Amino acid sequence: MAEFANLFHGFATVLAFQDVNVFGTTMYLPFNIFIMIVGIVLGVIIGVLPGLGGANGVAILLPLTFSMQPTSAVILLSCIYWGALFGGAITSILFNIPGEPWSVATTFDGYPMAQQGKAGEALTTAFTSSFVGAFFAVIMITLLAPMVAAFALRFGAAEKFAVYFLAFASFVGLSKEPPFKTLAAMLIGFALAAFGTDHMTGSLRLTYGSDYLLPGFDFLIAVIGLFGIGEIMLTMEEGLKFKGKEAKINLHVVLQTWKKLPQYWWTYLRSCIIGCWMGITPAGATPASFMSYGIAKRVSKNGKNFGNGEIEGVIAPETAAHAAGKSALLPMLALGVPGSPTAAVLLGGLLIWNLQPGPMLFVENKEFVWGLIASMYLGNIVGLIIVLTCVPMLAAILRIPFGIIAPIILMFCAVGAYTVRNSFFDVVMMLVFGILGYLFKKTNYPLAPLVLAMVLGDRAEEAFRQALVGSAGNMGIFFSNGLVSSIMALGFIALFWSVISAGISRVRGAKPEAA
Amino acid sequence: MSGDGNTASHGPAHRKVELATAAAIGLFGIIVVYGALQAGIGWGFEGPKAGFFPFIIGVILIGATCVNLWNGLQTSSSKVFSEWDELKRVWDVTWPIAIFIALVPYIGIYFASAVLIAYFMMRISDYGIGRTAIVALSVPFVTFLVFERWFLVALPKGPIEAMFGY
Amino acid sequence: MFQLKRSSVFVAAAALGIALGAQTANAWEPEKTVEIVVPAGTGGGADQMARAIQGIVAKHNLMKQSMIVVNKAGGAGSEGFNDVKNSKGNPHKLIITLSNLFTTPLGTNQPFSYKDFTPVAMLALDEFVLWVNAEKPYKNVKEYIAAAIEATKKGSNFKMAGTGSRQEDQIITAAIEKATGAKFTYVPYRGGGEVAVQLVGNHADSTVNNPIEAVAHWRGGKLRPLCVFDSKTMPYNDKVAGDLPWSSIPTCKSQGLDVEYLMLRGFFMSPGATAEQVKYYVDLFQKVRQTPEWKDLMNNGAFNQSFMTGKEYVEWVAKEHQRHYNLMKEAGFLAN
Repeated sequence: MAEFANLFHGFATVLAFQDVNVFGTTMYLPFNIFIMIVGIVLGVIIGVLPGLGGANGVAILLPLTFSMQPTSAVILLSCIYWGALFGGAITSILFNIPGEPWSVATTFDGYPMAQQGKAGEALTTAFTSSFVGAFFAVIMITLLAPMVAAFALRFGAAEKFAVYFLAFASFVGLSKEPPFKTLAAMLIGFALAAFGTDHMTGSLRLTYGSDYLLPGFDFLIAVIGLFGIGEIMLTMEEGLKFKGKEAKINLHVVLQTWKKLPQYWWTYLRSCIIGCWMGITPAGATPASFMSYGIAKRVSKNGKNFGNGEIEGVIAPETAAHAAGKSALLPMLALGVPGSPTAAVLLGGLLIWNLQPGPMLFVENKEFVWGLIASMYLGNIVGLIIVLTCVPMLAAILRIPFGIIAPIILMFCAVGAYTVRNSFFDVVMMLVFGILGYLFKKTNYPLAPLVLAMVLGDRAEEAFRQALVGSAGNMGIFFSNGLVSSIMALGFIALFWSVISAGISRVRGAKPEAA
Repeated sequence: MSGDGNTASHGPAHRKVELATAAAIGLFGIIVVYGALQAGIGWGFEGPKAGFFPFIIGVILIGATCVNLWNGLQTSSSKVFSEWDELKRVWDVTWPIAIFIALVPYIGIYFASAVLIAYFMMRISDYGIGRTAIVALSVPFVTFLVFERWFLVALPKGPIEAMFGY
Repeated sequence: MFQLKRSSVFVAAAALGIALGAQTANAWEPEKTVEIVVPAGTGGGADQMARAIQGIVAKHNLMKQSMIVVNKAGGAGSEGFNDVKNSKGNPHKLIITLSNLFTTPLGTNQPFSYKDFTPVAMLALDEFVLWVNAEKPYKNVKEYIAAAIEATKKGSNFKMAGTGSRQEDQIITAAIEKATGAKFTYVPYRGGGEVAVQLVGNHADSTVNNPIEAVAHWRGGKLRPLCVFDSKTMPYNDKVAGDLPWSSIPTCKSQGLDVEYLMLRGFFMSPGATAEQVKYYVDLFQKVRQTPEWKDLMNNGAFNQSFMTGKEYVEWVAKEHQRHYNLMKEAGFLAN
């Protein structure tokens, strides 16, 4: 097959030895591998420090890569991106602060695991799952690139709405909390997503004449506040310490965890497929992680234990998020549509190097495209090795006393909140969300539906209205062809399934009570 | 936050906090409905207008709040939300964060962080002045290097950074 | 360092046009990191240009201090504009503008205007091209407009996809409606790349994408350019798509569609900047324009390379503001 020949050529490009000037002496090195390691390490750092996350990190380093060859430069930037994806899970598990939106679902079980002294296990699981998801997606890209790009073209506004609907329907109705509190939390999320400029008409809504409300509420601000600050308050109430001090800190934990993971092969496979689907459509990594978590919770025999540190609850979202993150790169290269702000900056970088993303890129710049795909294979392996060796060190962070680590976390939360939009108002809102997070936790309002609604609400409404503008208000657009109808039908099945199962569990008398 | 009296012996009644939270959410719902009405809630030729979805969201939110209020009234009033001294501890971290945030625009995020770290280490934990000084100065300094020097991300800076030409 | 206090920044800017070239021994130079504010999100046209300039300045050592790019996209860019407006007398803050310099204050009542800033230079103008899907039967503007009018008469909707609402794409659409009598259904999306893909996927009937946003699909044979909204054809003769160069695309006016629109890619400074400071940045941008990287960027994006400073620039901006006011007023996009 031509693809394999191309791929091997790509590997050759990445592994090629070059004369490299290191500290004045010329050495003969596999320069791109060196670049890859630098990129992954930088990426992990960027992923951990909230203020540097994602787009920012890549954008800042973009100018530095101008003096490199395009292939090396893109390897550096994409490895930073992969590294940041790995890094996002670290703060989720250790401090309950998702570094990136798609790590939110990882906190649900990853943080409880860390609190039970299983931080090393949780981190290993998260990293390994990221790797599996990403690797699956890369293989799919290698084999199916042309088909996938053609498929992605079939997604107009109506189809996109259907995908959001499906993602949402697979997640709702899952919480143990009282149904009307869940409903209220979800609606608060939708409402928060609606503030600011209405993208469809350009008019303002829910701004009440205030300039601060013009940009609306950013998802990351809410998440940093609700999860990060809220958690510090709860920890304070419980008495000054982060639990999980007894975390094992040797590399042994990696091997022990690996022994456990193969039994979850079905969770892995399912999450990979969900992730790739969401990545191509392109709904993105965040809905993918929630959807995968939701389905795993329903299907797993340990479903009831989800949220209390269940290992499958880490596997499902991490695998799906990374499968989605990687497979989203394909529409970007083949169609020129960025799936995320980070991808947008990468895309801008390609233009600067005279590489035009789009269908012709695969024809005219074969070496570049397959070099990039080869770097995804190798970058993932390199990345996994690097992050796994860091597990003991990362787990040891939890041994730092609360009095020192808490203000440092707070500082980085503030930095992260500020850098989202360079605005003080966001830092203030972070504290407000923190207090809300504390109150909601204490009064049994679930945060997950709120967060998901906030992520999906805006985009789902936009897609819904774009579809209706296009069809002149005819709702039939959502059932106008086989593709959109079947996604909508799946969504309704997921939705009603949850209603039915919620009904059954209520009949059984599983009445939730405040702790 | 919102409990007032000594209904229970050691802290505010859970029921009161529960009701106050629900009421606050309901108020938020009313604000959203009001804003949506301002934006227009009709269903025009090209589908729903800007306020259509927020209006529906707000209305259902108010409805859900009514149920939550009713459920809240059913719970017993003897349960305690949190012990007073637990709440005191929460308060002990909340106001320093608020002051930290308020200080950032004036003295910059790095210096404000140093103050926050020093407060936590000396008052919440019991570190001596020496260790406190080392951590409180080195962490913001390293952060400064990472953000301002290496990654060229501009964070809020104050008069102290200005003295060094930033 | 002395500061010239001028009541009107425009006097200073106008003086600059004359002062150009008069090099003094110790001219003003930035004393700290220079911040370029982008009143739009990461990845857009303005952001790409700002970051390219940042890269060029760093690579060629054109400035002693470093340069950073800060995105302040909130409220259709008003966050960025207000930030610069409120940094009076800070010569280390520049803003790169797109059409929201005009559309945002006109459309949302935000309290800023182009008059609040010190004009530095126009670096380029971004072209707009009318694109249709290559499978569609209409091969030229005349057939296209006939099809749009036909659709209008039948009451079916002819879809124009564009970036944002009440911004440049929708303004051009309104101008086309006015010029032809056809009615379009304007569907807003978030980014130019997405808009082009919607057209490729046949979810829209036409777009007015910038060249750089749609060129890949043109080369791939999926899209067809009908005309460019400029007074003359683009000057790029290198073959882009098959045998066709950018210069093969006719102007819309020559095809009977009398609409012209170009988007400003220019720089402004915070209010109260001195002539000396403005001159420093004008010289800097002149140097940037000489680099091969800049020429590549212009070539790739088929930009209109007009460069203006001083009085000429000010007059251009004032005229453009008036034109936006008129266009937006006719289309009913003005804030009440």
